Parts: sequence; C-alpha cells; structure tokens
Amino acid sequence: MADLAARVVIVGAGHAGGSAAAFLRQYGHTGPIALVGDEPLVPYQRPPLSKAWLKGEADAASLALKPQSWYPDNGCSLHLGLSVVGLDRAARTVSLSDGQTLGYDILILATGARARTLPLPGADLSGVMALRTAADAETLKAALGPGKRLAVVGGGYVGLEAAASARALGAEAVIIEREERVLARVACPLLSDFFTGYHRARGVTFELSAGVEGFEGQDGLVTGVRLADGRTLACDAALVGVGAIPNDEIAKAAGLDCQGGILVDAEARTSDPAIFAIGDVTQRPLPLYDRTVRLESVPNALEQAKQAASAITGRPGPAPEVPWFWSDQYDLKLQIAGMPFDADTILVRGDPAAAKFAVFHLKGDQIQAVEAVNAPPEFMMGKTLIGSRKAISRERLADPSVSMKEVAA
Amino acid sequence: MAKITYVEHDGTEHTVEVKNGTSVMEGAIKNNVPGIDADCGGACACATCHVYVDAAWDGKTGAKSAMEESMLDFAENVEANSRLSCQIKVTEELDGLVVRLPESQH
Repeated sequence: MADLAARVVIVGAGHAGGSAAAFLRQYGHTGPIALVGDEPLVPYQRPPLSKAWLKGEADAASLALKPQSWYPDNGCSLHLGLSVVGLDRAARTVSLSDGQTLGYDILILATGARARTLPLPGADLSGVMALRTAADAETLKAALGPGKRLAVVGGGYVGLEAAASARALGAEAVIIEREERVLARVACPLLSDFFTGYHRARGVTFELSAGVEGFEGQDGLVTGVRLADGRTLACDAALVGVGAIPNDEIAKAAGLDCQGGILVDAEARTSDPAIFAIGDVTQRPLPLYDRTVRLESVPNALEQAKQAASAITGRPGPAPEVPWFWSDQYDLKLQIAGMPFDADTILVRGDPAAAKFAVFHLKGDQIQAVEAVNAPPEFMMGKTLIGSRKAISRERLADPSVSMKEVAA
Repeated sequence: MAKITYVEHDGTEHTVEVKNGTSVMEGAIKNNVPGIDADCGGACACATCHVYVDAAWDGKTGAKSAMEESMLDFAENVEANSRLSCQIKVTEELDGLVVRLPESQH
C-alpha cells in the first residue's frame, strides 16, 4: 500500500530530483519532501547552458524549473549547497556535509553524473573548465567574446554546442578530438561528417585523431593546449567535454547494486525497496532493446521521475518511452530517437547538402534509431515506429517523395 | 502578467499568473500544472506541451512557425486549435487565456 504521508528525501537537486518532487505533489503525495543538492541553486534546466545561456538568451529565472518559493509553499524543504556524506539503510537516514541527519521512509537518489576530467599537466590551470553546472557556464561565458579563442577538448555534443555558441559570440573555436571523427561514440560517420563540415563552414577548426598532452599557462591562467604531435594551440579558455561519470559512490558504499551506475528496475527502484534512483546516475532497463543502459538526457530524467513518483504514490507507471535526445547548433535542430543497437543497415532519407535529412538505423525491416537534422516528420514518425516496432518498406522510407505518414501506413 | 487558465483533460482547472515574455508552457511548469511535460524545455523539439487554445483566443496567440506546424502534424490527437504551448509568448493581451490539455502528451 502506498503511504502518501511517507517522508521522502531526494538526494540531488537537478532536473530529475526537482521533477520527482513536482510529480509527487501532482500525484497527491502529502508527506514532507526534503531536497538536497550540492549546488546553491534550486533545480534548473541544464541543456540551455551550452546554448541559450552562453549566448545570453536565458537567465537564472528562466532556467529554474520552479521559482524558489514553490518549494516551501509545497512542503518541500531545500537543503542546498550541501552534499550527502553518508547513507545508513538500516536506520533509514542520510547525513549531510553540514552535520545534519535526515530521516526517510523513501529515499530517491538523483545524484546525476559529473564531468570526466583529464589527468594531464596543467589541468588545474584557471580557464581549463568543464560545462556541467550553471557556475561552469558562467565561467565559460565570461571567457568568450570577440577576439577570444576557445579550445574544446572532446568532440561530443557539449563541445560542438559550445563551439557554435562561441562563434555566435564572435570568438574563435577549435575542437580537438582523439578519435578520427567527432561524435564518434554517439552518432554515425555520416552525421559526424555533416556536423564537421557545417562547423568548418562557420569558422570552427578541427584537430582530429589528435591526442592532448597537457595545458600550458602563464600566471596560473591557461594559454594553450599542447598536442601529442608537439604543437601548442593558443587559447583563452579550454573546455574539456570528454564524457561524464555517474555519481554512484554513496549507493555503492551503502551496498546497493551498481554496475556502471545504480541498477534500477522499471519502477526506478534500486535493490533496496525503500530506495529509488533516477536520472543520469542510473543503469536502467530498456525493454524495447532488451538490455540496460545509462542514459544522460532530460526525457530519461523525467520518465524515471514519473516512474518513481508513481510507484511511491501507488499509481500505474507512465507508458514506456522511446529514448530521445536533441541538440541545437547554429540553425540546425538535431533530434535523435532510439538507439542503433543491433542495426544492420543505415539508410539516408533527404539531402545532407540541404541540411535537411534523416539517418535511419534499421534492423531488418524495423527502425531501431533515427537521427534527424531539421527533419521533424522523420523524427516524430520515426520515434513512433521505433516504439511500435512496425515493419516498414526500406524502399519507401528511402524515397522522400513518399511522406512519413505513408511510410507508416 | 496575464491570468491563464489551464484545463486538465478531466476538467480540473488551474488559473495562474504568468509573466509577460515567458511562454504558456513555462507558466504551467513553474506552477506545477499537471499535463504539460515539456521534455525539451521549450526548444520545439518534442511536442510534449501540446494544448488546445479556446476559440475566443484564436488569432491572439501568434502564428505557428514551420517547425511547430511540422511537429504538431505528428503529435497525437491534434485538432485545428492545437498549439505547442512553448511557442506561445505571454503578453498582456493574453490575460484571461484558456487552454485545454490533451489526455496524454506521449
């Protein structure tokens, strides 16, 4: 039986944690909610940090999921600027970095992921930074502007988005990638080539298959990135975007099952029935692909926040969703649905030269994933077809004169 | 500020004050109105902030962009008065706006 008066403690005040508090109230939970976060801010949206925020088109109020006053008004106590230093599952308490102890009936771990750092000489210089938090974004923003030069280490989405924003602000940008193409781990070669070409045409330079040896500086400030081939690329700021690591240490120390993140079931429950985990920190089942994955995305955070809040309040869980992602760079809207597991064929629909196309990843006659550039019909219908596993005709899908509605018919 | 009423699919009404310059979607999220998910936070990338604009307000909520048209074309239960609420900017002129929410955003 659901206990709507249960004391809920949420550790992690990001998009997942903040949304869990909101859904609990939407679903009629009446018990006290405590939200603990190590940043000094109420939960906010991170995706705009590398886009609208850097370009000065968003402010703290617009990024916040809810205004500060929402929390006390809704029986949700905020414990911000604090981290959890201990979890006692037997006593059902968490201890905070200020010495406080919070008791819980239900615990939700939404501790997220942190930026991976490079253990290289000079990595501690001022101006060598990550982009994960609002504070990071503020530091990066201050370093950008006309005449400035940004070096991005890591050709992932964060790096590409930051480079596009740097160009919009009049700064130079160079992207340094260890692999022979950008987005190597997350997109197909065709998409990598397309994005590289699009960025190059807008003044971004690339160093591909390039190792980084270290950072050079003067008076404690970064002045360049030293490459493995001996060259040094001058810069005023170096953004390191080389992936993220799940913050699962508390869970591990408390003996919860973890495997590349905290293992959860389809209700976002961990191996301890009183503890849920949601968002970037989890290794979650993805029945559509018959495996578990760790996803770093807002839709995933929201879906799991709903799963946990539903389970806690005794409601049926939300309908399973197809994982999806998006990225905005210049005038490009990239929308990705699904994941290309077990795909045997890549099919392109539309014209990359016109910056309007979609790449479909097929397993037999089923769509496993679609990467759509300025192509909402392909994304929307692709997402539906991925979820329904409906067989489609490859010939018709490859023919842009056949509408996506006809492809799905 | 504009007073906006969100009507859930089951008829539950939520009337809240929304700041000028923000979107009808943000008004729902910041006030925890159930039924608007806004997965993408207003990037017009997901169609999970779908609303039906009451007929009286037709013509005051601005025109749909090609991107919004295109996204809506593939959303569930779309009607002639369907909009993505992240694309409706709030102005004084929208004081009193009523929007209805679909049964599901997914």
